[in-house]
Amino acid sequence: MAASANTRLRLETVGVSALFGRTPAIRDISLLFPAHTVTAIIGPSGCGKSTLLRCLNRMHELTAGATVTGQVLLDDVDIYANDVNPVELRRRIGMVFQRPTPFPTMSIYDNVAAGLRVNGRRPRAETDAAVERALRQAALWDEVKDRLLTSALALSGGQQQRLCIARAVAPEPEILLLDEPTASLDPAGTQRIEELCHALKRHYTIVIVTHNLQQAARVSDYTAFLYMGGLVEVGLTGELFTKPQVEQTEAYITGRFG
Amino acid sequence: MSGGTFRRHLMSRVMTALVVVLAFTAVLALVLILGNLIAKGASSIDWAFFTKSPVPAGESGGGVANAIVGTAIIVGLAALIGLPVGIGAGLYLAEYGSGRLGFLVRFVADVLNGTPSIVIGIVAWTFLVKPTGRFTALAGSVALAILMIPMLARTTEEMVRLVPHSLREAALALGYPRWRTSLKIVARTALGGIVTGCLVGIARVAGETAPLLFTALGNLNFSLAVNQPMQTLSLQIYVYATGPFDEWHRMAWAAALVLMGLVLILALTARWVTRQRYGSVR
Repeated sequence: MAASANTRLRLETVGVSALFGRTPAIRDISLLFPAHTVTAIIGPSGCGKSTLLRCLNRMHELTAGATVTGQVLLDDVDIYANDVNPVELRRRIGMVFQRPTPFPTMSIYDNVAAGLRVNGRRPRAETDAAVERALRQAALWDEVKDRLLTSALALSGGQQQRLCIARAVAPEPEILLLDEPTASLDPAGTQRIEELCHALKRHYTIVIVTHNLQQAARVSDYTAFLYMGGLVEVGLTGELFTKPQVEQTEAYITGRFG
Repeated sequence: MSGGTFRRHLMSRVMTALVVVLAFTAVLALVLILGNLIAKGASSIDWAFFTKSPVPAGESGGGVANAIVGTAIIVGLAALIGLPVGIGAGLYLAEYGSGRLGFLVRFVADVLNGTPSIVIGIVAWTFLVKPTGRFTALAGSVALAILMIPMLARTTEEMVRLVPHSLREAALALGYPRWRTSLKIVARTALGGIVTGCLVGIARVAGETAPLLFTALGNLNFSLAVNQPMQTLSLQIYVYATGPFDEWHRMAWAAALVLMGLVLILALTARWVTRQRYGSVR
């Protein structure tokens, strides 16, 4: 992973392990997520993909009994340092979940504005502009611009998921974490989200967890393969899928297990 | 058809018929009560019934305006005291109540829920009436609020727990502080259910008589002073129904019908709110 001169390093994990109580979920994972790239995390169910992702914005520790060791560096600052406020940190790192989670009591507009408002009040015009920008980035603007004040629940599943992406990018985070964002979508919805990944990496550094190997191959620049909580292999996506260095990786991507 | 299959089908029929009969029995109780109230009370209800205060025994005419207004004041005050405490306790139980204190609060709420209302009335009398030497509407409101709080706490907790965990996570991942997640996302989403719980709780205490006998006492005159005895529909029914005059008995039936009507309206509103639950925004 040779970093070119104009690539700022954004996110890095150094020996990260995570536990649920005494049960380890991931062990000693060190990874680089260069700025403005898409990194896919792949691996069989239960290998710790989502847990790793949730360590990156300190969501893991919200589960009772869950702990993290090691360092997660965001611009060389350890996000687990004592003086880092996890609530403020999460405003810098957006996240989209497996299933769409629009806030049911809010309109489309208010859903997108939710993350902005938590940062304090701002002029209405500014919020309007930010909501439109986020919805355009999520490729949802044209479909909802005439009904911004209607319930978000009236949208289709795919639209709801793009709404969640808009909600996540509205506060202009630095990193975008996607946890199997297309798991509950049909092929058309999946394709739209994948196209979005390409467009969004101009603005954000993206980490995407996926079950779907084709998806990883299509959307990512780098791919990391996790197995049983450990990092097996990481590399440029094209190389990892065509010339895997580790036997296990080859077995997984050729469908021999997992 | 083999013997076994026949038995199964027969059993299925018998059980279905049984639950249908039982369901009708449950509904029948309500129908009989309402029918009886309407039959005996409706004829006494006229404009004066709602606008006039009671007249001295022996005279005809008069109404229960004082009791209707008194019910509104006492129950309203009880709601003012009970709703914030009950809802707050419910939110605490659902969001933070996994520890020992939560267990204790839940246990106390359950015990309080099962405490006979007359006991609550005696407690309110001991602490609010006896020391001041005065029966007051406020003491009645406090007694009703105490009755309401555990009910509200438990329903609020249930409703908040129904909110999917994924919503909470989505808010936290957006950088919502925990308290804001609880209030703006979780409680807001559960609001329909919480409001329903409140209305049911209010309806439940609106018909209470026992705790008011020791506190609000009753008042045959029109009164708006909460530091004085005050009449409610339930107390009025109690007095009229146990009195010796036919005129009073008629009034008791009519007052019971009005009270039942009020409770029914609250219950219907609760149903309507529930249906609006995840309805349109704004």
